[in-house]
Amino acid sequence: MNLTLKIWRQKNAKTKGAIETYPVKDISEDMSFLEMLDVLNEQLINDGKEPVAFDHDCREGICGMCSLYINGQAHGPDREITTCQLHMRSFKDGDTIFIEPWRAGAFPVVKDLVTDRSSFDRIMNAGGFVSVNTSGNTIDANAIPVPKVDADKAFDAATCIGCGACVASCKNASAMLFTSAKVSQLALLPQGKVEAHERVMNMVSQMDEEGFGNCTNTGACEVECPKGISLENIARMNREYLSASVGSE
Amino acid sequence: MALSALFLMVFLFQHFIINFMSVFSEDAFNEASHFMGTNPLIQFVMQPVLMFGVAFHFVMGFILELKNKSARPEKYAMYKGSANSSWMSRNMIWSGLFILGFLAFHLWDFWLPEMNYKYIQGNPEDATRYFGEVQHMFANPIRVTVYCLSFVFLALHLLHGFQSAFQSMGARHAKYTPAIQKIGKLYAILIPVGFIFIAVFHFLNGNH
Repeated sequence: MNLTLKIWRQKNAKTKGAIETYPVKDISEDMSFLEMLDVLNEQLINDGKEPVAFDHDCREGICGMCSLYINGQAHGPDREITTCQLHMRSFKDGDTIFIEPWRAGAFPVVKDLVTDRSSFDRIMNAGGFVSVNTSGNTIDANAIPVPKVDADKAFDAATCIGCGACVASCKNASAMLFTSAKVSQLALLPQGKVEAHERVMNMVSQMDEEGFGNCTNTGACEVECPKGISLENIARMNREYLSASVGSE
Repeated sequence: MALSALFLMVFLFQHFIINFMSVFSEDAFNEASHFMGTNPLIQFVMQPVLMFGVAFHFVMGFILELKNKSARPEKYAMYKGSANSSWMSRNMIWSGLFILGFLAFHLWDFWLPEMNYKYIQGNPEDATRYFGEVQHMFANPIRVTVYCLSFVFLALHLLHGFQSAFQSMGARHAKYTPAIQKIGKLYAILIPVGFIFIAVFHFLNGNH
């Protein structure tokens, strides 16, 4: 199939970018979206032009590195997949495809379609962990019984790969789904309960400091999340935050 | 936002119940209005609390909107909001602004003359005046049209707002959330439709 690509090009974080148009020919519908971009980049390199920079790593939907806003949707039109799992069969011959980077003040563009998502790392550093005694007397995690329901919910929350599609999809560029998934996966388990109050306060405060927007419950994040992280996590984080605010000294 | 929203929804419900009395009993409506208009607790405690609740809700709404807008300095060239969220949820600021405009009109139209009549002119209370006043007001087709249109925006605002307020407060439960969402939809449709019915009812009756 032949396609017209409208891609955001930006030399670096300091320069202003713009949408540029590239025609690509003979794209197979069996190609993944990123393979299609590889074809474009080969073409650009052969023409002596600068290839399009985009993030990718595992190309099997687990690393959370790929991050393209395709035709007005994070990770493209399909549900519960990352961009690397999107295939060209989801498009038609002659289509025009807009490809943009995640847009959020807290995700500044580094180059072309690559954004700096280290704000997520700083939210994790603020509280996305459990403190463990490493003196040699560490208790095996499996020695503590956990109800199956809680274990499943914690696991569901832990499947978040931190790609940032929630922020990209949210009209407010809010990071509530990501932060709440990370708060939930620990708050639901006995090991995480010890620092639950501090964790939620610190992570939410870091999230605000990074300049993410606020949640208005549109639910766009849940729909676009490649791992199907539920809004239930946001409600849990709100409860945790409320109880921590009331209960903390 | 959520707390003030819940407070305003409770107020709206009682406002609706009292207004609805005017449809089936002139006396009951007059009695309820007389109580609301003369009870010192309602007039001098609840009324200022309500004023504060309304002001808080819309001021916080504006602040929230401005903060959220600034969280995305560069907009998308292609944005497909309808693919993942409802129009109502994405346009709370616009339905809210319309309701705010209506509220300003409603206060100027109903509340200010009432305050003037009672507290500035100091007219003696006539417990039977309320029904006639309402019917007189709603004889005007322009007023009825403005009110009906505003209630449509109120419905749009509530369709998202009701369940959103519960979610914001963390009140989400596998067993209860489906019920909250159903009640929310019923509330968001029945209350505005009820207000429209009352306005049209008095328009039709007042012009006969």
